[in-house]
Amino acid sequence: MPGLSGRMSTVVKAKISHLLDRAEDPAETLDYSYEKQLEQLQNVKRGIADIVTAKKRLQLQETSIKEQTAKLDEQARQAMAAGREDLARAALERKHLAEGEVQSLDQQVAQLEDQQQKLIESEQKLQAKVEAFRTKKEVIKAEYSAAEAQVQISAAATGVGEEMADVGLAMQRALDKTESMKARADAVSELEAAGTFEDLTQLGPAQDDMDRQLEQLGRSNAVDEDLAKLKAELGQGTSDGPQLDSGAPAEEK
Amino acid sequence: MMIIRIFGEGQYELPQPALARLHELDEETENAVTIGDDDRFHHAYDRLLEHVRAAGKRLDTDDLRPSDLLLPPADSSVTEAARELQALELIPG
Repeated sequence: MPGLSGRMSTVVKAKISHLLDRAEDPAETLDYSYEKQLEQLQNVKRGIADIVTAKKRLQLQETSIKEQTAKLDEQARQAMAAGREDLARAALERKHLAEGEVQSLDQQVAQLEDQQQKLIESEQKLQAKVEAFRTKKEVIKAEYSAAEAQVQISAAATGVGEEMADVGLAMQRALDKTESMKARADAVSELEAAGTFEDLTQLGPAQDDMDRQLEQLGRSNAVDEDLAKLKAELGQGTSDGPQLDSGAPAEEK
Repeated sequence: MMIIRIFGEGQYELPQPALARLHELDEETENAVTIGDDDRFHHAYDRLLEHVRAAGKRLDTDDLRPSDLLLPPADSSVTEAARELQALELIPG
């Protein structure tokens, strides 16, 4: 059979017949196939559990970064009120970095959710096939001669084997995705550990590595807008707060 | 009659008259995979899958009959389609 589908069929069938060749006796083949099917079902369940774990981790990370975003926003406000435009800018830069991260985490969680749903559907289909095989297995054992049984078993086991191949592929895709997300989650954790999203009071006065990195991120437009907004807000709204030195002139509209 | 599985979707039973068109689209798809052209691949492959879904009858999930043809998932990229021929090594055994 030529074509893409033909090539794919050849690979799967070779693999399945290899599986069936292991046992000589029909009854043994049946039990062996069934055992393999149950194993694969367990693998799928573990795969789903892995995805759920990865998703939870991303969600925790997202919550933590969101909290930091709120904190940085408040710090920018305080810095501006105290006339420290430089600190306010640094806080806003970090805030934008963190917001970008939250957005990306959102997308990743949605992708994992999607993979999880697909795997659950695949698992249910495989479950239905395995269940049908279990019933058929007993019928074959009871009703067929050895020669006929071999033919019946081969067909039924190939039917289930295909479903396993289908689930196996869905699982591989999901695991690949989870792996790349784990790597990214680790990278974000490192950023967090390096203080990228953290409290500005921990910052030294001199430019640190992270400051230089932040500058390279080219977020200055958004940061400038935020700074201008803050200035406007404070200029209009804070009659109670002391207006400090000329470093942070309040803009009037 | 021919039974076809679309990975990630399920099995369809395709009547004889629909097979000529299937092979035509399959050839077109494989050519795109061979040259690694993603646009051409999707142009051909989306039509192939649509043909199977439209002309075929969906099999129940507990139907144990094996398929005559297997097709990679609909959302495969051309590189995935090529790679997934190898990925099927995953079947336990």
